[in-house]
Amino acid sequence: MKPAPFSYVRPATIDEALATLAADPHAKVLAGGQSLVPLLSMRLAQPSTLVDINGLSELAFVRTDESGVRIGALARHRQVEDDGDAWRAQPLLRQALRLVAHPTIRNRGTTLGSVVHADPAAEMPAVAVLLGARVVAASVDGRREIDAADLFVGPLESALRSDELALEMVVPANPPRTGTAIDEIARRHGDFALCGVAAVVSVGENGAIETVRASYLAVAPTPHVLDLSEAFVDGTASDRNLDAAAEIASGALDPDADIHGTADYRRHLSGVLTRRVVRDAYTRATAPDAQGAR
Amino acid sequence: MTTPPQVSAPDALHAVSLIVNGTAYALEIPARRLLSDALRHDLGLTGTHVGCEHGVCGACTILVDGQPMRSCLLLAVSMDGAELTTVEGLTEEGDRLGPVQQAFQDCHGLQCGFCTPGFLTTITAGLRDDPDPTPEAAREMIAGNLCRCTGYQNIVKSVLRAAELQRGGGDA
Repeated sequence: MKPAPFSYVRPATIDEALATLAADPHAKVLAGGQSLVPLLSMRLAQPSTLVDINGLSELAFVRTDESGVRIGALARHRQVEDDGDAWRAQPLLRQALRLVAHPTIRNRGTTLGSVVHADPAAEMPAVAVLLGARVVAASVDGRREIDAADLFVGPLESALRSDELALEMVVPANPPRTGTAIDEIARRHGDFALCGVAAVVSVGENGAIETVRASYLAVAPTPHVLDLSEAFVDGTASDRNLDAAAEIASGALDPDADIHGTADYRRHLSGVLTRRVVRDAYTRATAPDAQGAR
Repeated sequence: MTTPPQVSAPDALHAVSLIVNGTAYALEIPARRLLSDALRHDLGLTGTHVGCEHGVCGACTILVDGQPMRSCLLLAVSMDGAELTTVEGLTEEGDRLGPVQQAFQDCHGLQCGFCTPGFLTTITAGLRDDPDPTPEAAREMIAGNLCRCTGYQNIVKSVLRAAELQRGGGDA
């Protein structure tokens, strides 16, 4: 099918974009369009106006300092993935972006667009919540910061108001002695995951595990973060502890069944993947590799 | 408060300039025109094929400022000023096949040919990033494109053969 007719605006400034959004509650922002255009073509979305922000090149930034990484609304996945400073500051960004669709899609799609699209099967919303990222949203009334934990309301539904434009996402840097990992199971390479898990593991100076947190995608209506630290009270990533963590995860999650997989299968995957990513994140926390990925 | 910019009517036509395979085109198109349709219907460049029309199959892949993208996931109106390369632009002077095209012919990398334009553009860009891919990297390079005929084996061979041709191993 083809998109239904819509009005089109390509604002030259952020203020113009905000004024357009304020004037039309049924307007929609177009950034990379890699999720929106298929929805338009299938007529699952029929906005009255598209506000094309691809002319706002001032939003095409990835900036890294010791506090973390700031990702502008027009930074493509590829740009974030290739950014060496962003990788060193927060390796989970690149680790996760490599699972987002295919390179061809990542050349156009934007990381912040993927976050505010709020697809429960997407990687970047789960990563944003796990890392405690914040989204800076602007409207004609001013700006506000939204914690990623408060951003996801339901499938494809975020806390952004219709008059707001997400300007940038602020992702905290990876603390010392902390490792990250992500993995997922999909039916086809690059397809949406049946279940995905990202983990952050911190160890003390003696190398003993202190905290373990994991974020789950595609098994709940919004990204689901669990604190698994209690499974690791003796500080080791032993098989017994990993089993206990997997059990906490599969007990806490209540995935829906669909044509791609049963609820039991997804729950099973959540346990298997928990073991895998917690072990990998722990390895990186204790032995950072020479290139700086932790 | 900034006044909102002029919002066009839903059926308004927009002036869009594109450079496709080195030729400049001026188009008058509605905002909802997909780039794949603008290429095929408005410019008559029917080498770009439309398969699934929602970004899954990769048949419509073209190069936008050198980078492979799905033309069915782009609105033509948003691409004003872009430089595009379609499969028609991969042919070399004198209508000779480009190295990737030649490799597909050499290795029987196509049967029905529907998916081929997307593979050719994707591989052209992929070999620019990685001129000497391993068989594993060649598989990864084409992982976003679907082919229902070949079973992919000959396409993987074509990637490796194209790399060889580009390195000057013409008659090897």
